[in-house]
Amino acid sequence: MNLSQSILEALESLSSNKMRSGLTVLGIVIGVAAVIAMLAVGTGAQDSITGSISGIGTNLLFVFSGGGRMGGETVRNPKPLTLQDAAAIADPFLAPSVERVAPVLQSSFVIAAGGNQTSATVSGVTPDYFPLSNLTLSEGESISEDNLLGRASVAVVGPDLADALFGFHAGVVGENITIDGQPFRIIGVLVAKGGGMFGSQDNAAYIPFDTAQSRLISRRTRDQVDMLLVQVVNAEAVPQAVDEVSSILRARHRTAVGADDFTVSSQQDFLTIASTITGVLTIFLGGIAAISLLVGGIGIMNIMLVSVTERTREIGLRKALGARKRDILVQFLTESSLLSLFGGLIGIAFGWLISFIVEKVAIASGTPFYPRIGLDAVLLATIFSAAVGLFFGIYPANRAANLEPVEALRYE
Amino acid sequence: MSKDWVVVAEDLVKTYKMGEVEVNALRGASLKIVRGEVVAIMGPSGSGKSTMMNIIGCLDRPTSGAYTLDGEVVADMTDDQLASVRNRKVGFVFQSFNLLSRQTALFNVELPLRYAGQMDASARRARAAEALKAVGLEDRMTHRPTELSGGQQQRVAIARAIVNEPAIIMADEPTGNLDSKVGREIMSLLLNLNKELGTTLIIVTHDPAIASQTRRVIKLVDGVVEDEGMKNGGIQ
Repeated sequence: MNLSQSILEALESLSSNKMRSGLTVLGIVIGVAAVIAMLAVGTGAQDSITGSISGIGTNLLFVFSGGGRMGGETVRNPKPLTLQDAAAIADPFLAPSVERVAPVLQSSFVIAAGGNQTSATVSGVTPDYFPLSNLTLSEGESISEDNLLGRASVAVVGPDLADALFGFHAGVVGENITIDGQPFRIIGVLVAKGGGMFGSQDNAAYIPFDTAQSRLISRRTRDQVDMLLVQVVNAEAVPQAVDEVSSILRARHRTAVGADDFTVSSQQDFLTIASTITGVLTIFLGGIAAISLLVGGIGIMNIMLVSVTERTREIGLRKALGARKRDILVQFLTESSLLSLFGGLIGIAFGWLISFIVEKVAIASGTPFYPRIGLDAVLLATIFSAAVGLFFGIYPANRAANLEPVEALRYE
Repeated sequence: MSKDWVVVAEDLVKTYKMGEVEVNALRGASLKIVRGEVVAIMGPSGSGKSTMMNIIGCLDRPTSGAYTLDGEVVADMTDDQLASVRNRKVGFVFQSFNLLSRQTALFNVELPLRYAGQMDASARRARAAEALKAVGLEDRMTHRPTELSGGQQQRVAIARAIVNEPAIIMADEPTGNLDSKVGREIMSLLLNLNKELGTTLIIVTHDPAIASQTRRVIKLVDGVVEDEGMKNGGIQ
């Protein structure tokens, strides 16, 4: 018998006992719907977490001078990063993936106030630096363009630094401090942020870039900067932005051949780790859902065993008429596979519905969250459910195929 | 000149194990049937006639002894080879009809052709329709067994038995579930088909009225053939 005949016969057989077939299918429906919904929710969670990481600055690149990664190979005449480099990277025609660039001068100084003194990182920054690094003020105000132009002696301090100098960090705006002996006035205090990628951002002082450049942090050339903070248009464009920034700097530093005299690093690694974690979470959820699919499969096996017992005479008759083992095997396997395939298809629809409801509930409760049903999840569920039917159908089908025709015909 | 034997069984022994006890259903039964014959196999229950029927119909293998059906040596065949022999050489008619109740008469008759697997769908349908016509059910082809009377159901079963043009038709109490009038009709249908098609007809029965309609009655007692029925009209 060929396949289409087998399928037709199996369909007739299944439809002759609709209630039973329906209940059997239900087990698979629940399993597949759970798998689909879990995978969708997991993928949605991944998107959402990636999104929030992007929110805290994964689309940031940090550019330093000096080659870091090419161990062994040294650059003979390394050029420092300059403001011109920054301007070139900020050029949207040269680097379309770059949104903004913030140059930074950075050094460590002794900071004193009212008899207390401590050592902290002092960064000369532009106003862009704060939104780029996601630093927010708990009080006072940030460094402004006017501060830059006027080379003002003002500073924004981290809460840890304020604590070290004053014993508290509330209400210190307006206080005077000295950095390397020069007087500065505190104009703002940052919200505590914890450890950053390059040491504590809380035990630090931020002063206008131009002030640092002219009075505090003197470098070999006037335009030199220590670090460039580069904001990329979005997290996905980070690798592309790395390439763009690198090629601009190679061209400007004439190091197209050989090792780079600068280093570009990103928080992409962090993003990768987060994706891995949510990926594991998704697989975990999907795995739990798959258990219900397994239970559904056992349901199929159970029903097929009942069906084989009920149809013992029919099997005996078919064998008497010349059905080989394979014919009987195919007949029952077709039935069980069809059962689970139907279950799979209905389950996909249900899974979609569940994801849709989760999305609506999430939006209604104010946390936008978008479960995503991938084609891979649908394919996986379809193939897996058919495989479940096939696998759990093997035992009953084998039992049917191995019935002795004489015994089977005599069965009441 | 040797006869055209269709069934040659020699010294058939069949032993069943019932737990610890061995039961000898056949203890060296031999019989021969010529092509085209009509034969009744009779015997009291426990005489081994069902076992005999199963072996002749290739549903079962003898424990020892030789059996040849229409030139095929059956004893050492695998299950699938036996299935193929049943499909090509044997048409079964059962006491309880054994039709697939969900399927139409036409489908039931087609079933052996499906398992033979050599014909395309339309040829199969045509052949099945022909067989149904031969049993007088050409106007009942799309009926399901539940919509047919007992006699009509047995006619469908007979059509199913002849559709593959088998060497023998094995009829196991073909009239056992029918009233006597319908039973007679079925018997005369079987005998007519034997005349028209020349298919060997083997009827297993304990009804002397049925056996009397055949020219030869083989009697089985205690697992051996007591009387091969050669003298009262058998072909020798």
